[in-house]
Amino acid sequence: MESVDIGLWGVPLAILGGAIRVSTPFIFVSLGECLTERSGRINLGLEGTLVFGAMSGYAIAYETGNPFIGVLAAALAGACFGFLHGWICKFKGVNDIAVGIAMMLFGMGLAFFFGKPYIQPQAPDLPAIGFGWWSSIPQVQAALQVNVLFIAGAFLSVAMAWMFKSTRIGLIVRVVGDSTDAARAIGLSPAWVRLLATGAGGALAGIGGAYLSLYYPGSWTEGVSSGQGLMAIALVIFARWNPIKCFWAALLFGGAGALGPALQSVGVSEGYYLFFAAPYVLTLGLLILTSSPDRAMQGAPLELSLTK
Amino acid sequence: MEQTSPSPRSVAAQTIAVLMPRAEAVAIPLGALCVGFVVFSLFLLLVGKSPVEFFALVWKAGFSSAFSWQNTLSRVAPLILAALCVALPARLGLVVIGGEGAIVLGGLAAAVMGTAVVGMPSALGMVLMMLAGMVLGGLWIGAIGALRIKRGVNETISSLLMAYIAIALLNHFVEGPFRDPASLNKPSTTPLVEGLRVGDMSFVSAHWGVLVGVLACIFCWILIERTTVGFAARVAGDNVRAAQVQGLPVSRLVIGFTALGGAFAGLAGYFEVAAVHGSANASLIAGYGYSGILVAFLARHNPLAIIPVAILLGGFEASSGLIQRRMDLPDATILVFEGLVFIIILLSEALYGRLRIFTASFWEAR
Repeated sequence: MESVDIGLWGVPLAILGGAIRVSTPFIFVSLGECLTERSGRINLGLEGTLVFGAMSGYAIAYETGNPFIGVLAAALAGACFGFLHGWICKFKGVNDIAVGIAMMLFGMGLAFFFGKPYIQPQAPDLPAIGFGWWSSIPQVQAALQVNVLFIAGAFLSVAMAWMFKSTRIGLIVRVVGDSTDAARAIGLSPAWVRLLATGAGGALAGIGGAYLSLYYPGSWTEGVSSGQGLMAIALVIFARWNPIKCFWAALLFGGAGALGPALQSVGVSEGYYLFFAAPYVLTLGLLILTSSPDRAMQGAPLELSLTK
Repeated sequence: MEQTSPSPRSVAAQTIAVLMPRAEAVAIPLGALCVGFVVFSLFLLLVGKSPVEFFALVWKAGFSSAFSWQNTLSRVAPLILAALCVALPARLGLVVIGGEGAIVLGGLAAAVMGTAVVGMPSALGMVLMMLAGMVLGGLWIGAIGALRIKRGVNETISSLLMAYIAIALLNHFVEGPFRDPASLNKPSTTPLVEGLRVGDMSFVSAHWGVLVGVLACIFCWILIERTTVGFAARVAGDNVRAAQVQGLPVSRLVIGFTALGGAFAGLAGYFEVAAVHGSANASLIAGYGYSGILVAFLARHNPLAIIPVAILLGGFEASSGLIQRRMDLPDATILVFEGLVFIIILLSEALYGRLRIFTASFWEAR
């Protein structure tokens, strides 16, 4: 493909392309966390789940030669981490935020421990679909290479919004998240609902990790995640626990993450590391803007320790 | 009237009845640590390695000789100071886990100050460097406390985000404005002149940061347990609303405790620069901020308990290299161990108040 000089238009185009590429892990982790938090529990350990998902997805894809089996393995591994977190939090007097921190260290430790042999070999990539066929400009075509997992994430956010709004399962999760006592009164077991919601949330975070190692950046290294799992948790607060808003927020974060490389591609290398910090600064800024001193956050599940 | 002297048996029971409730806070973490060792041994057996060899190597590399103690103690100073950055806010009910950011920026500030004070008397220069690290670290973590109290921003998430921002700032300044042109492979600030380096203590082969860390722990213990400020902090940590109703200055307490914790983390950065690396570079990002979280939780946020826990964990971290070479295990083995112990420690929190042998009434009845 021959590169056409499109000048400064390359920057917004690269940000758009980057947003689509970078946002997928954000989408999956934030949807997973959204589900968990809607049930009234916070899982801060998703960063560790993401990294372990990246490692296990990559390893299984390499061993089987099929990237989709890798994604499945990552989802299973993520579910295990989620269930472990949920199980520990079932005990009285255990702080779910602290357990999340421990799970983060544990997940990363296990991923680095078992991932050592997989740093060198090349696993098959996940396929992408080109939506840029209408354009003859290669940069446009490159920017519109959309991975199947991104599309799945978009559908999932709509499906989850529908689930919360119109299904029995969604209602159960919301009741448990808003009032433990009310849930008990109607015969639900809050502990079990939270356990399942944390497990499912972990599975989604695992898929997000598999995307990192199997598509973009597309290899397993110990630095494969740079805090995406954590930013996704802040993103859920910003998106007010709404799955569809999570999707848009993830795109925004992806775009911020693509800012540094995009500017570098047109020759701006000054302050490269500062642009690298852009997504964190953006997250923090949005968190400051969307938090409120009296802690009554609109849309927040009432049983969430984060907002209590 | 005949007076019956209490039987020795009941005296013993009385003593035990007084001691046991206090022993709970020591026995449960110790028990959890032992369970952690057992579970980690099972993990090693599962991957086909010998737990006996592992613990023998930890002993050898961390605690058996003067040389290994030096290795361990060199890690104790940053671990203690990073743990204080977790423990102080924790006494107010805040989970601040971004101490790594304050260490990194404290180290950078100290190194930059170190280039500015060349020519001054070295004692003054050292004090200025130390202050630079502490002030920047204190501002960095204090801002997290301020955001929490003024804007309701969750301190756990904001502190971690700020740790990433701090690392980006370190990389920016070390590769850009403050880079020593002579540092080719590893971008660093200008190396400190000899007069500004911190040496070893005369009586132990470890740098002065260890003693400063121990003194900082004693200071924090007195602050929390023996002063009115500490009392107010403990009340606020138990129940923020009650503290506010009582008219306690909760805002100032939160900002003050987070800033103090940050200042200690910044001090850890100062010692890493002045006593270990000699300049600020990427070596500052060594993960002490994260290990410090585990130290603080293992010590149940008690400043005095932080000292032995930091020595124990320092020994484990010091043995990482030997374990890699001898047992052919990846360097992440220690991280797995730390994560496991951390999880089990948190699980043990469920036991407080549940075990009857730690209640006075259980023993008084005998």
